[in-house]
Amino acid sequence: MSTTQPVTAGDRHPPEEVLLGFARALRAAGVHVTADRERTYLEAVAALGLGSAAGAYHAGRATLCTSPADLERHDLVFAEWFGGTRAGWARRDPPPRVSAQAPLASSGSVDGGPPESEDVRARASGTEVLRRRDVATLSRDEREELARLFARLRPRAPRRRAHRWQVAARGGVDARRTLRATLRRMGEPGEVAWRRRGSRARRVVLLVDVSGSMSAYADALVRLAHAYCTAGVPTEVFTLGTRLTHITRPLHVRDPDRAIVAAGEAIPDWSGGTRLAEGVKVFLDRWGRRGMARGAVVVVFSDGWERDDPQALGEQVRRLAAVAHRVVWVNPHRGKAGYAPVQGGIMAVLPHVDALVAGHSMAAFEELTEVVAHA
Amino acid sequence: MLSAMDPRTSFASAADLASGLAGTGYLADDALATVAWLALRLGRPLLTEGEPGTGKTALAEALAETLALPLVRLQCYEGIDATQALYDWDFPRQILHVRALEATTGGVTDVDAVEADLFDERFLLARPVLRALREAPAVLLVDEVDRADDEFEAFLLEVLSTWQVTIPELGTVTAATPPVVLLTSNRTRELHDALKRRCLYHWLEHPGIERELAILRARAPEVPEALAGQVVRLVHGIRADGELLKPPGVAETLDWARALHELGTRNLDTETAAATLGVAVKYREDAERVKRALDVMLTP
Repeated sequence: MSTTQPVTAGDRHPPEEVLLGFARALRAAGVHVTADRERTYLEAVAALGLGSAAGAYHAGRATLCTSPADLERHDLVFAEWFGGTRAGWARRDPPPRVSAQAPLASSGSVDGGPPESEDVRARASGTEVLRRRDVATLSRDEREELARLFARLRPRAPRRRAHRWQVAARGGVDARRTLRATLRRMGEPGEVAWRRRGSRARRVVLLVDVSGSMSAYADALVRLAHAYCTAGVPTEVFTLGTRLTHITRPLHVRDPDRAIVAAGEAIPDWSGGTRLAEGVKVFLDRWGRRGMARGAVVVVFSDGWERDDPQALGEQVRRLAAVAHRVVWVNPHRGKAGYAPVQGGIMAVLPHVDALVAGHSMAAFEELTEVVAHA
Repeated sequence: MLSAMDPRTSFASAADLASGLAGTGYLADDALATVAWLALRLGRPLLTEGEPGTGKTALAEALAETLALPLVRLQCYEGIDATQALYDWDFPRQILHVRALEATTGGVTDVDAVEADLFDERFLLARPVLRALREAPAVLLVDEVDRADDEFEAFLLEVLSTWQVTIPELGTVTAATPPVVLLTSNRTRELHDALKRRCLYHWLEHPGIERELAILRARAPEVPEALAGQVVRLVHGIRADGELLKPPGVAETLDWARALHELGTRNLDTETAAATLGVAVKYREDAERVKRALDVMLTP
C-alpha cells in the first residue's frame, strides 16, 4: 500500500481543483457524475485524509460509481489522472468484466476499451461483422409510412395478480373497512366489507434477432419494441446478434424516429452474424434468471437460423421457458406460404415455446400483441 | 463491546473498522473497510452489489455486532409496500377492543375517544423501517432491494433522505441518530439513479484463496486446516469454470467444510466430494459438470 503518496499532481494546483478535475474527467469518460456526487466525493476524500492516494481511489469508487462498468472506467481514468500511482494499490484480481458470469465460448478479445453501458461483451468469433446500421439510408416515404402504421398499434400488457387488495363485492373479509364501519355505528356490527387482490401488468421481455438473415425485418421489429416501450407496458428489450445489447433505455424516447436512431447507435452488430444460443444464455445468466424473465412473457423474434449447434439453442430455450411465464417465438418466415418449421434451430426450440406466431406484416404484429396480452 | 456507540465516531480509521469486523469473524479487505468506514462517517447508506454468496448480508450482521447495535432487516420482494416496511394496525385486536368496550360499558358513547383509543401505540405493528428509526442508532439492512418495485424504491428514497416517517394518527417519528443503512442488490433490475445517488457504492467479489481460507478459519475453527485448504482450493477450481449456472459462494464453502467435518472426513477424495456436492452446487446441470471434473480438480 502506497499510503504516503499525496493526491496533488505536482504543487501547482490546489487539491480540490485536482479532485474536481478528476470528477469531470470521469464524467467525460461516460460515468454519470452529478454535482452532489462530486460534493460527496470531496467529503469522502476529506474524511479519509488528503495524504493518502489510496483514500482518493477508494472514495472515488464508492461515491462516483454506481455499477461494475463504472468501476472499470474509474480505474482507467484514475490511472491516467493521477499518473501511474495506481500500481501501488492495484487490486489483485482483474477488474470485474461485465460479462463475468457468462463468458462465451471460443471468444477472442476484441477490444480493451471501456464497455458500452449495457452491452454485454458477447464476443464473436472471427466472422463478426461489426457494423452500425445507417438509419439515414431509409427512404423518407418508407419511414413515414412505418411510423404511421406503428402509431396505430396499441400493445396491451398481460396481467398478473397484484399484491395489493381492492374493494370487491365478494372475496375475503376486509377487516380495516369493516372495523371503520362498525365504529361509525357506535360499535354495532353491520355489513361486512370484502376485498380481493387487484391485477398488475406483467413484464414483457423482447429479444430481437438483428443478424443478417433478419435484417429485412430488424427495423420494423425495433419499431414494434418501441411501440411496446411507449404504450405503458413494462418492457425490456434486447437485441441478439453477435452480442446481446440492452436497448430499453434508448427506446424510451417518445418520438419513434429519434428512438430508433438512438437504439441503432447502441446496437454494434446490425446485420452481423448470429449466435442465438449464446445470446439467450447471456441474457438468462446476466438478467433473466436473476429476475427479469421470472414471471414475464418473453417474446423472441428470430428465424431460428443458428450457426452453431441447434441442440444448444434448444437447451437455452428450455432454460428460458423454465423461468418465464410464457415464451412466444415470432418467426417472420412463418407467415409465408409453404413455410414449414424445418430449420434445425426452430425444430429444437418448438417443444419449449408456448406459441409460434408470424411476424412479417402489420397484421401479424397486431395478432402478436393479442397473443402477448392474453399470455 | 460494552455499550452502543455513536456509529459516526466509533472508529477512528478504516483499519480500526476492519479489525473490529475481524473480531466478529468478518474479514473485509481494504476497499470494503474503507467504503464501510466512509458510510459510517458520512452517514450515508451503503449499496453493495455482487454475486450471491459474497457476504453482502453478512456485512450488515458483522457491522451490527461490531457496533453493538440492533440489526433490523427488511427483506424486499415483488409487491412489497409501505404496510410491510413501515407500520400496520393490528385490526383483529382493535375489533376485539371495541367489542370489549361494548361488553363492559354497555355500548360505545364517545366515538372520538374510542377512535383515539384504537389508534394508539399499543395497536401499532412497527415494521422494520419504523423499528430502525425508533431504535436508532441501529443497523438497517434492506436486503435485495432490486426485487422490490419502483414505487417502493421511491418510498425508500424518501425515508433515507429525511430519516422520518409520518403516521397520520400518531404523528411523526424522527430518528435521533440516523441508522446505519445497508442496501444489497443482485442487479436483477437497475436501481433508480436517484436512489443510487444517495448511497455509497461497493461491488463485492468472491474472495481470493488466502482470504477465503482465513474466513473459513474464523467462521469454522473446528474444521482441520488440511481439510479447509482442500475445500477452499476445490471451490476455487469450481468457480474458475465459467460455465456454471450458479458458482458456489462463501456461505457454500463454509457449509461444505462443516458438512465434511461432521462426516468425519480427514482427507477429501473424489467419492466424498461427489457424495456431498449438493451442499455447494445447487443445480443438476452444474453438479454433473463438476462431478466429471472432480478427478482433475482434486489431484494437486
